Amino acid sequence: MNVSPPARARIEVSGLAASYAQGPSALRDVTFSALGGQAIAVLGPNGGGKTTLFRALLGEIAVVAGSVAIDGPTAYVPQTERARLDFPVSALDVALMGAYARTPWYRRVAENDRRLALDALARVGLEDRPRERFGALSGGQRQRALIARALVQDARVLLLDEPFAGVDRISEGAIMEMFDGLRAEGRILLIATHDIEQARRWDRVLCLAGAQIAYGPPATTLSTEVLKATYGAEIVVLEDGTRAIAVQHHDHEH
Amino acid sequence: MEILHSALLQRALLEVVVLGAACGALGVWLLHLRHAYAAESLAHAMLPGLVLASLAGVPLVLGAGGGVLVAAALIALAARDRSVGSEIAVAITVTTAFGLGAMLALAPHVPARLGDLLFGDLLGATTGDIAIACGLAALIAAALALGHRQLTLAVFDPVAARSLGGRPERVELALLALLAVAVVAAVQGLGNLLVFALLVAPAAAAMRLATSVRAQLALGSALGSLAGLLGMIASAELSTAAGASVALAAVALFTIALLLRPGSADRAPRRSAIEALSARR
Repeated sequence: MNVSPPARARIEVSGLAASYAQGPSALRDVTFSALGGQAIAVLGPNGGGKTTLFRALLGEIAVVAGSVAIDGPTAYVPQTERARLDFPVSALDVALMGAYARTPWYRRVAENDRRLALDALARVGLEDRPRERFGALSGGQRQRALIARALVQDARVLLLDEPFAGVDRISEGAIMEMFDGLRAEGRILLIATHDIEQARRWDRVLCLAGAQIAYGPPATTLSTEVLKATYGAEIVVLEDGTRAIAVQHHDHEH
Repeated sequence: MEILHSALLQRALLEVVVLGAACGALGVWLLHLRHAYAAESLAHAMLPGLVLASLAGVPLVLGAGGGVLVAAALIALAARDRSVGSEIAVAITVTTAFGLGAMLALAPHVPARLGDLLFGDLLGATTGDIAIACGLAALIAAALALGHRQLTLAVFDPVAARSLGGRPERVELALLALLAVAVVAAVQGLGNLLVFALLVAPAAAAMRLATSVRAQLALGSALGSLAGLLGMIASAELSTAAGASVALAAVALFTIALLLRPGSADRAPRRSAIEALSARR
């Protein structure tokens, strides 16, 4: 893609607390910072505040305390399983949504943006199926179409909500490679996951369980204590002490 | 055919074909945004306004407009109490309004026009009514064309919509306002109970048959008009009530669409039973 090298992206979050309308704060005491080129795993159980953090960073919900500073346009890449699969849009339509914000309401999407969208689809490996219905794509392909949308937005900060949920192994490898490319371009990736092994692969890990438990490089941060505090009683530490597995219960909220 | 020779029937036909086209397209977005219930509710909740307008001898459009505004305000007010919630708020407002309207209409000294208000009076369509219908169709076409991208974001991805330049809440409100205008304009011809059929059935049929949003909008319009045409022909040939015939024609078109494309409305790959079960864990 013909994207000029922009100013380095930066996120600075300090003492953040956020809440949904009229509710108690859903997330509090979040403090971290990241620079362009870094990928940060946002780790925690379901209901731990991962999506809440993203919505606060997007300005979707109220920040009731602390501060958020983000340099560079920010894109949200939702869980593909939560998108409306019955809505008849093509992969290209989804990528084109990335150009909506810069398209005046009385105009069509510019020809240049159409080319950018096709380029973005090619970059994520969907060049041969721009007309395919989003709902008919596999989980991994849908994820890639949504990443193409973020590329058309030219987002410097990508908030990725469980990007590997419902994605097969082969697509997972392709997406990981794509993430490396995005980091090399100086973008910041925030990757929400409840998978501890997944979280170990990134530069930093931010552990959330209603409040921030820890933040730092995975090797030093993901201690048994931190994992227990993050997951409560749901954690199983394997005997050799090097691996821990979070047991997820999907039938109730935490 | 009688319909070819009667100016009365021709005016009614023109009115219902134009209304069908407008409602068919609007309905597609209403259904995508899952507002079918709101559509039905707004139509029913304006009954007291209609009755009062007919009692006072002012144009029904004024009564319908007032009725919709009061109903919308009541719904918004009741829904603000979180222990009530919007669905219950709508249900209570609609039953209250409908009951009040029926009580007013059935009072001893009121001329017996409740039937017209409930089921419409297509054959009474005046040139003014047809002009209003054409104005409505133009308004809906312009609004849906200009709002296409905003509506797309509001349906497809409301959480990311804002970061993509969308304003999903505002768009939904605007669409509901457009719905109110459509219901007000169409109620005189199709009636309080039947206007809903043209808003939902052609759109639901189009959503089953067409594979892009634009095609759904075009097909919804065409099927809405076709329902009007078929209904009016049936009404003229079989001497059935005009509004009811149109409503049944719309539902018949939906049934045909259902038979042509049974199963789920989206053609996404179906999940296997195991996938479905594990997702429910």
